[in-house]
Amino acid sequence: MINRLRARLSPSMWLGLVLLALVLVPGLFGQFFADPGQLRLMAGGISAPPSPDHPLGTQNEGRDLLTYILKGMPNTLLIGLVGGGSAVLLGTVLGMLAGYVGGPLDALVRNTVDIGLTIPPLAILIMIAASFPVVTPLIMGLVIALTSWMHPTRVIRSQVLSLREREFVLLLRLSGASPLHIVFRELLPNLIPFLAATFVNAVATALLASIGLEVLGLGSFQTPTLGNLIYFAIIGNAMWLGLWWWWLPPIVIFIVLFMGLFFVSTALDSLANPRLEQG
Amino acid sequence: MNPRYLGRRLATFLLTIFVASTLNFAITRLTPQDPIAALLGRMASRGRTVESGGEIVARYRERLGLDAPLAQQYVNYLRDLLQGDLGYSLAFFPIKAEAVILRALPWTLGLLSLATLLAFVIGNLLGALAVWPRVPAGFRWLVYLSMPFSAIPYYLLALILVYLFALNWSLFPLGGSFTVGSDRGLNLETLADLLHHAALPVLSVVLAVVGFWALSMRGIMATVLGDDYLIYARARGLRSRRIFSHYAMRNAMLPQVTALAIDFGRLISGQVLVEIIFNYPGVGWVLYNALRAADFFVIQGVTLFMVFTVAVATLLLDLLYPLLDPRIRYQS
Repeated sequence: MINRLRARLSPSMWLGLVLLALVLVPGLFGQFFADPGQLRLMAGGISAPPSPDHPLGTQNEGRDLLTYILKGMPNTLLIGLVGGGSAVLLGTVLGMLAGYVGGPLDALVRNTVDIGLTIPPLAILIMIAASFPVVTPLIMGLVIALTSWMHPTRVIRSQVLSLREREFVLLLRLSGASPLHIVFRELLPNLIPFLAATFVNAVATALLASIGLEVLGLGSFQTPTLGNLIYFAIIGNAMWLGLWWWWLPPIVIFIVLFMGLFFVSTALDSLANPRLEQG
Repeated sequence: MNPRYLGRRLATFLLTIFVASTLNFAITRLTPQDPIAALLGRMASRGRTVESGGEIVARYRERLGLDAPLAQQYVNYLRDLLQGDLGYSLAFFPIKAEAVILRALPWTLGLLSLATLLAFVIGNLLGALAVWPRVPAGFRWLVYLSMPFSAIPYYLLALILVYLFALNWSLFPLGGSFTVGSDRGLNLETLADLLHHAALPVLSVVLAVVGFWALSMRGIMATVLGDDYLIYARARGLRSRRIFSHYAMRNAMLPQVTALAIDFGRLISGQVLVEIIFNYPGVGWVLYNALRAADFFVIQGVTLFMVFTVAVATLLLDLLYPLLDPRIRYQS
């Protein structure tokens, strides 16, 4: 497994990992170097361009933008991880059980997924975020997961459907292994590269949903996040006033982050389905 | 068309709408407080006050009959929905929410169908040509170049496009759907003006989606290329262009049409956000303003509209599908 992995650290994987590191390293550790005092009203001049004191300038209330970004990135990443992680966790349990056990459980899961997939998640998320007053990053991640577990469930179920017809599963069944043992101890390890690809995609989906909500003004304004930063920049007419240091950095960070996730997921995909590569 | 297929599809369609409407109802009732009070509170936390906030809450309670038993409220809600009654817009009282949404609808549908169609056609052609034998290598590179774009959310791309093309180079208008004050008649000038305003919003969606279609088309076409009927077509001496359009593309397109149906929800969500960036007077713009004004019924109406549009689009594509693929037509 490890050898195979090493052999397949493709250029796409490297590129993706480097891009991700560019965002994750400052995103996770930068917060410890940030001075919360810089987030106060009038910590610097109003809408001041980048200067040695404020490397990314300040916004229209004089708050330091670099500090805001460093404090906001962990929250944004948390939403993505919690959202993507819970969606994949839920999808794995449901997809594996439905795919392996079959019968009425499978019919129920399959139909729920089919209907759920035709309901645009943003429509449900808007109603939830508009109805519930306080949204912390953790809750936002969980809520996003509630609307995005269907896709992981569907793809994992179809993987299990093909896996369970293999000989080793038949052998296990004949030797009296319990279904739970077969599903989670024997089938699951076979799916790890596939689950990793699904996870990366789910994180991207969750981030996408959270930015969408925040750009609509449905984030929690007490918590700094990159999506809120974009919202405030739009509200503050940053682009029209020529305050590029306000609206551009969060967008650049997102683009690097999404590209990184994209390249890693493409690389993981070809790792999970070696046949794709010949296509 | 097979009546059983039709029946099953219609049943799923109705069930989807029903489930989504019920979810919509349930979410607003699960909140510890009135949704409208939550919205007003959210605005207050931003330092905005709503004129006659108390009156709005009172009207809202009356309209929803919040003192009636939950089951009764649910029945009322479904009955109103069936009659197309979404309630009064609180910001534009006494205009109804459905009127506010209907007014914005043509803009959204126009933009959405134009962008979706363009992206679908360009993406599929690009992806197919990328693996077609003896096609200039440039196409292959176009596909690779379009791929990373598909990873970037539309609305972020839209912001950059506005900055470059509208603000910096003044090639396109900053926003809106037509030149204010222009007389809008049925002439070429009006059409050019509309297209000029639609160009950037459409471009940001197309740029972001082309890669998605190109990538999957490339994979499908690669498998179609090895199929026997293509070898036979070539052996019969058909021209390469004809084999491409009449034989390879026709078969490779089938899964893509299904994917279009699946992807529609993502498309419409992105569209809503793109409209905000471009001040485009569609449903997304209505939603944005409704959220800022705590206009509860309009918010609810727009989310229901999103669900409805996606369900209708999926239904239409599914009903078209048997016409494209005869194998589905004869299946029981």
